[in-house]
Amino acid sequence: MVDLWDGLTQAFWLVITLDRELAEIALRSLYVTLTALVIACLIAFPLAAFLAVRRFRFRRLIIAILNALMGLPPVVVGLIVYVLLSRSGPFGVLGLLFTPTAMIIAQIIIIVPLIASIAHQSLRDLWQEYHDLLISMNVSQGQKMRTLIWDARRALLTASLAGFGRGIGEVGAIMIVGGNIDNVTRVLTTAIALETGKGAFALALALGFVLIALTIAVNLMIHWLGQTEREGRW
Amino acid sequence: MLFPLNVTDAQTRRWGKILVGPVSLHLTGAGATVIIGPNGSGKTTLLHLLHGTARLHAGTIAWQVPMAEARAVQSFVFQRPVMLRRSVVDNIAYPLVIRGIRKSEARAQAHDWVKRIGLDEMADRPATSLSGGEQQKLALARAFITAPQVVFLDEPCAALDGRATAEIEAILQEQMAQGTRLILSTHDMGQARRLADEVVFLRAGQVHETGPATPFFSAPQTDAAHAFLNGDIVE
Repeated sequence: MVDLWDGLTQAFWLVITLDRELAEIALRSLYVTLTALVIACLIAFPLAAFLAVRRFRFRRLIIAILNALMGLPPVVVGLIVYVLLSRSGPFGVLGLLFTPTAMIIAQIIIIVPLIASIAHQSLRDLWQEYHDLLISMNVSQGQKMRTLIWDARRALLTASLAGFGRGIGEVGAIMIVGGNIDNVTRVLTTAIALETGKGAFALALALGFVLIALTIAVNLMIHWLGQTEREGRW
Repeated sequence: MLFPLNVTDAQTRRWGKILVGPVSLHLTGAGATVIIGPNGSGKTTLLHLLHGTARLHAGTIAWQVPMAEARAVQSFVFQRPVMLRRSVVDNIAYPLVIRGIRKSEARAQAHDWVKRIGLDEMADRPATSLSGGEQQKLALARAFITAPQVVFLDEPCAALDGRATAEIEAILQEQMAQGTRLILSTHDMGQARRLADEVVFLRAGQVHETGPATPFFSAPQTDAAHAFLNGDIVE
């Protein structure tokens, strides 16, 4: 209980005093996760729309695999990305290991299935609603996908927020591929893990509260930008 | 020129059951053809067959141009209008946008239609917030904005009150006067009498009787058509 209170107090002071190190770590967390989120959405939304409108062999198998990959263990993803990016790996020449880029790659792999699966549910329902109309209008496959993505944009926002939540709180994969290097790849979650390991529970809790506050702030901002929950909107 | 349309022994099935057919029709290029018949007689399926959105399992449907070209100058209005999750004006502009017309131009044309159908005060409201009659008027505007040569309408006034029906029929009459060919199904015999130049009476998926509207309504040739017009139950 004392640790919790100390953590809250410390978090308050860290924020109030605009602690430089905290700001740097928080901004890096945001940079890594938001970059991964944008790239993941660019992959996941068209994929979900394609799976909603196209009928082809093994489609259901692909959807089942995508759903299963929502529970992809981050540590395993981290390990695979590590092997691929390590000096002896196929992409070792790029020198990306222990950089924020490697962390972004790992996060993309983790959140694409999650965003695509949630988006697919929404787009599939919308496609059932639109099917007859768009078929009668002779709309091309690309136009169908664009129409679904645009008209379901607020539902897709929920999918992207779920992806953001998974990404910002992720520690296993980015610890492996990022290495938790001070001033380079340290983010809030890896810093929490480090401070906990050192027994500095109050500081770890403080960072945890900052992480929660950051997550809530970003969610609120995206909701505000997306104009969700407003009267007369979808 | 799309017409005449020659339908020869057209048939469609689902799960091995014949839904419509064999049907043979010869439709010329003016006025309104009204398809009537009891529930389950295949009115909606026949409309989809003619429009090319139902699979043709046997027979032929021959427009004077290939089906793909014919589809490009046709529109379809559904019994339950499908509203895109967009504003009223964006719903109406949609068919133009997918044809590659610039969005600003498409919206300008859509605004003209919004005024014509009396929804100008609701132009920027979500289409799904409109009443049933307003949604059907929007669906009509969306169907007519591309200036199609043929419009298929599947019971366009089902579940609408008299006023909404009158407004929709006025739009249909106006478009017919401008040369748009209508092929519609209806359960409303009053509407059929008001709009039809030609009647197709379907029964159990087949054309039971067809011909010009006036003689059909005044002296139907078959007992089933006679009973149907009298309001008797026809299977």
